Amino acid sequence: MKFAVKKGWSNGRARSGVLQLGSCPFPIQTPALLLTTRKGLPPFTSPDLLTSSLPSPDSHLLQFSPLHFLEGISPKTISNIGGLHQMLSLHQHIFAAVPRDSIIALPEHDSTNKYGASFQTPGGRLLIKPAEYVELVSSMKPDFWVTLADEVPAWVSNKRNRTSVDRTLRWLDDCLSLNKESTTIFGSIVGGSSIEERHRCAQEVAQRNVSGYWIGGFGLGESMDERAALLTAVTDNLPEDMPRHVSGLGLPEEVLQGVAAGIDLFDSTYVYHLTLGGFALTFPLERNKGENADYQLSDSGGDGMKINLKATVYRKDTSPIVESCICFTCQNHTKAYLNHLFNVHEMLAQTLLEIHNTHHYLGFFCSIRKAIEEGKFEQFRRNFVESRRDRLFAAASSA
Amino acid sequence: MALKFEVLGRFNRARAAQLTLPHYLCQTPLFMPVGTQGTIKGLTKNQLEEIGCQIILGNTYHLALRPTSELIDELGGLHKFMNWPRALLTDSGGFQMVSLLHLADITEKGVTFQSPVDGKPMLLTPEESIQIQNRIGADIIMALDDVVRTTITGPRIEEAMYRTLRWIDRCIAAHKRPNEQNLFGIVQGGLDPVLRDICVRGLVERNLPGYAIGGLAGGEDKDSFWRVVAQCTAALPEDKPRYVMGVGYPLDIVVCSALGADMYDCVYPTRTARFGTALVPEGVLKLKHQAMANDIRPIDPMCECMLSRDLHSSIVEGRFPEFVCKFLQTMFPKGDVPEWVCNAMEVAGIDISSCCREMRFDVDKSSTL
Repeated sequence: MKFAVKKGWSNGRARSGVLQLGSCPFPIQTPALLLTTRKGLPPFTSPDLLTSSLPSPDSHLLQFSPLHFLEGISPKTISNIGGLHQMLSLHQHIFAAVPRDSIIALPEHDSTNKYGASFQTPGGRLLIKPAEYVELVSSMKPDFWVTLADEVPAWVSNKRNRTSVDRTLRWLDDCLSLNKESTTIFGSIVGGSSIEERHRCAQEVAQRNVSGYWIGGFGLGESMDERAALLTAVTDNLPEDMPRHVSGLGLPEEVLQGVAAGIDLFDSTYVYHLTLGGFALTFPLERNKGENADYQLSDSGGDGMKINLKATVYRKDTSPIVESCICFTCQNHTKAYLNHLFNVHEMLAQTLLEIHNTHHYLGFFCSIRKAIEEGKFEQFRRNFVESRRDRLFAAASSA
Repeated sequence: MALKFEVLGRFNRARAAQLTLPHYLCQTPLFMPVGTQGTIKGLTKNQLEEIGCQIILGNTYHLALRPTSELIDELGGLHKFMNWPRALLTDSGGFQMVSLLHLADITEKGVTFQSPVDGKPMLLTPEESIQIQNRIGADIIMALDDVVRTTITGPRIEEAMYRTLRWIDRCIAAHKRPNEQNLFGIVQGGLDPVLRDICVRGLVERNLPGYAIGGLAGGEDKDSFWRVVAQCTAALPEDKPRYVMGVGYPLDIVVCSALGADMYDCVYPTRTARFGTALVPEGVLKLKHQAMANDIRPIDPMCECMLSRDLHSSIVEGRFPEFVCKFLQTMFPKGDVPEWVCNAMEVAGIDISSCCREMRFDVDKSSTL
């Protein structure tokens, strides 16, 4: 793996970078989004649609949880096939193994103990030990993987929080020593909502021989306000030229907060949950202040950021979700058709919507990168947050 | 009339043709997947085009419920609503009513049923069915017929057949767009050759753009099934498309094509896929089966096989009998081709002795076949 921060492109802590990994022939520009998958594929998008209808190479970063594979196809079979890339026939995509996802592998900090990390899955509670985890990962041959962590939410006791850091470090060392094939590893950093613990963990992990850093324990109930300081407590202790990956920061404002703290890679279930609920992203990707007239209105349950395609107001709407969007869905289908599909519970509804939402969100990341390269990131962030506030206000007052 | 039907190649009764519809130029024999609610479940229009899908069937009953035919009409018709650039066919709505609604009742007026939305009594007349289909705008629309299951016997079948003929006149009268939409009549008559004959004659007199063979694919035994198809295809005009409704399994499609049918529809491939069953030349693969758990081979190494496309080209290229033999050999490697298939192929004039372990000559070669 190769990662480089583009010198001279930093705005405060925000930075523009380039990531190059084995499978993908194209370099990935950061900050970048990893697409959430279930067993390696987006929940509603088939592999052929993944390659034909989403932008390349932006859509080549895929996050998966190895725990998804504990049920169903055995890791041994995956290994026999030659790994995930081979099994899914996505040879030019980048697979990142992260144990936790907010859909079906939620960290269960109460049951985690010194032996392993506990996760709540649809199949019940799972305890996974570092050795088992490393074995699982090695059968899948991802492009990079994240060490097993003990993630705790913001409200645990200081003692529990300290324990989580100690455990995570110990498991990091276990994973490193079990890593026989010298694959690309990201060291996990936790620390809950304690600045000191975040500090400590980051400093410790920075001393290990890893290729990047995964920052966990966010998106588990902490507030956005307290998060900013916690993020910088971590990133300030990490070397400049190594990639930083965070899970659980989904909302656009949260992504902006992460970018501002120096994060390069993001994965979250934001797009998945939007799609499930029938919500389509509509916020403008090009932002000029004063351009308030063209966002979608509130009487449909929207808020200027997204619209609810199930709303009856769209029954006869023959316009695409976003007029200027070049995704397959907007180029081919109307809100009226999508409204009908959702209404009658047809599979195609989520497929089309996931394509649009993913496309739109990748576009957001593209705007972020552009803003950083133009030296205008802070302004971009401010504009975004303020115009969102304006729209919410307008929506509330017209309701 | 809004279609052209031109036969490009033949083998005995089998024919390969070009069917020109308002929205698309089709090759027959062809199979129409069922896109019940304005979508083939989970597939985008691009994926469908790539597969080679030519005509999609939409269910009038479901679409009239949601989003309603008026809305579809207001938005420019079903083609525009779905953004499907090829052809569409809608059924009359009658079948769903009879099969989905246990309180449905058929009278001379039409099909009375309880609305699934609010329980109110409702009536679907031939006129109403055509009006709904006019609004939806498909290339081919189906007459409302009085359809009875072939497993029923007695005077009900005769009643249904005559009613179907009376209703076709009402459908024709109600049809407001004959230059853009083709109204197909449906041959009924159960398994009775006399009734079927009366119905065919009656429909042919009306000089419709195309004809469907209905009332089959409902559980009757295969031996009766192929005989009805054979009789109808022999009696229906040469120069118009013949559509066997509700068919079906790949084997049925091959046999019916050998007997001279051109178009088919069935929920089978889409439905069976949802249950994890793959269709392959050898038959089916139950993918959820434990035995498949570690099988790393692709589903079908010859994945380009598309039955209707192969049927069409094999007839046009003059190698239809070879195609049929290869098809049967792949599906029945032990030579245990079912008797009904052997009999049907006998009538179709196709020599399949190389595929059968033992030939049986059990066919009544009366003129109706």
